[in-house]
Amino acid sequence: MKWQFDNDMPIYTQLVGQIKFAIVSGALLPGSRMMTVRDLALEAGVNPNTMQRALQQLEREGLVYSQRSSGRFVTEDVGVIDRAKAALAAEHIRRFRASMGSLGYSREEMIQLLEGSGEEEENG
Amino acid sequence: MDNCLECRGLTKRFGSVRALDNVNLTVRPGRVVGLLGPNGSGKTTLIKLCNGLLTPSDGAITVCGEAPGKRSKALVSYLPDRCCLPEWMSAKQLMDMYADFYADFDRARAEDMMARLNLSDKLLVGQMSKGTKEKVQLILVMSRRARLYLLDEPIGGVDPATRDYILETIIRNYDEDASVIISTHLISDVENVLDDVVFIRDGQVTLQASVDDLREQYGKSVDALFREVFRC
Repeated sequence: MKWQFDNDMPIYTQLVGQIKFAIVSGALLPGSRMMTVRDLALEAGVNPNTMQRALQQLEREGLVYSQRSSGRFVTEDVGVIDRAKAALAAEHIRRFRASMGSLGYSREEMIQLLEGSGEEEENG
Repeated sequence: MDNCLECRGLTKRFGSVRALDNVNLTVRPGRVVGLLGPNGSGKTTLIKLCNGLLTPSDGAITVCGEAPGKRSKALVSYLPDRCCLPEWMSAKQLMDMYADFYADFDRARAEDMMARLNLSDKLLVGQMSKGTKEKVQLILVMSRRARLYLLDEPIGGVDPATRDYILETIIRNYDEDASVIISTHLISDVENVLDDVVFIRDGQVTLQASVDDLREQYGKSVDALFREVFRC
């Protein structure tokens, strides 16, 4: 996984976000086994306790689960993953509308622009 | 389990200078703690007190439940702020020496890390580059299965790649119930691997908090916060 951190947010929140993104985007497949906490921490260059805390949060959200002796896995429940994906999409849309709104675009104009940009990509 | 470090009203005077002034500090097991402060703030003095290399003028200090001394030294692995490896020794002789001195020295671990540095058996400390010496010294220190690692400026004066190597070596090797104290003023480099930070200024602890709590509270990195707090 590629890890990248902003300076103005807790590292733990960013770990949760990046692992969640890897799961909903399919980079981490449902049911697949995850690296150990320490290996994940080493790969990300973060403190193992911070990584542990992020994984516990993802466990509470049902996206990963741990099995006593065999390690930690991505959930097999595709419904949970789809709901997490929908929540992320809703968040992206909220932010998009907020920044377009502050540029002065109405809802209809945003939709027009979105459709237009889609055509451009398809044609180009 | 005992706290790895406990300071109560710890004070160290050199003549009329208060190098440490009424320091209260607790380090629980399993934490990586950054001891952060500008030059001359008292970081090395505190670490030397933990090691029993200095004695307190006032107050109390316990390391893994013991007063600094012979018994605490068996539990504490110390990386001094300068290279103190004998110039005439090879890596193998250094490992022999560590194995002699410390019952908790994990020779297999050290050999494995040394092998990855590709040092020839005949290469002496005096022939190593500065970066290599720092790596070798750190390998020796982190190959002990200690309860507390005291690392005084482990990343000062080395290139960024060596810095990454050193931080990775630290994170890879401490046991779950051991703690690591890293003194440095290069905060942005260590920030992501720390649990907690301790700001020290003119011999006084001005802040002790977790990195993520600080980021949450101030919306900025510890590095940015440090620059603000310690603006000259």
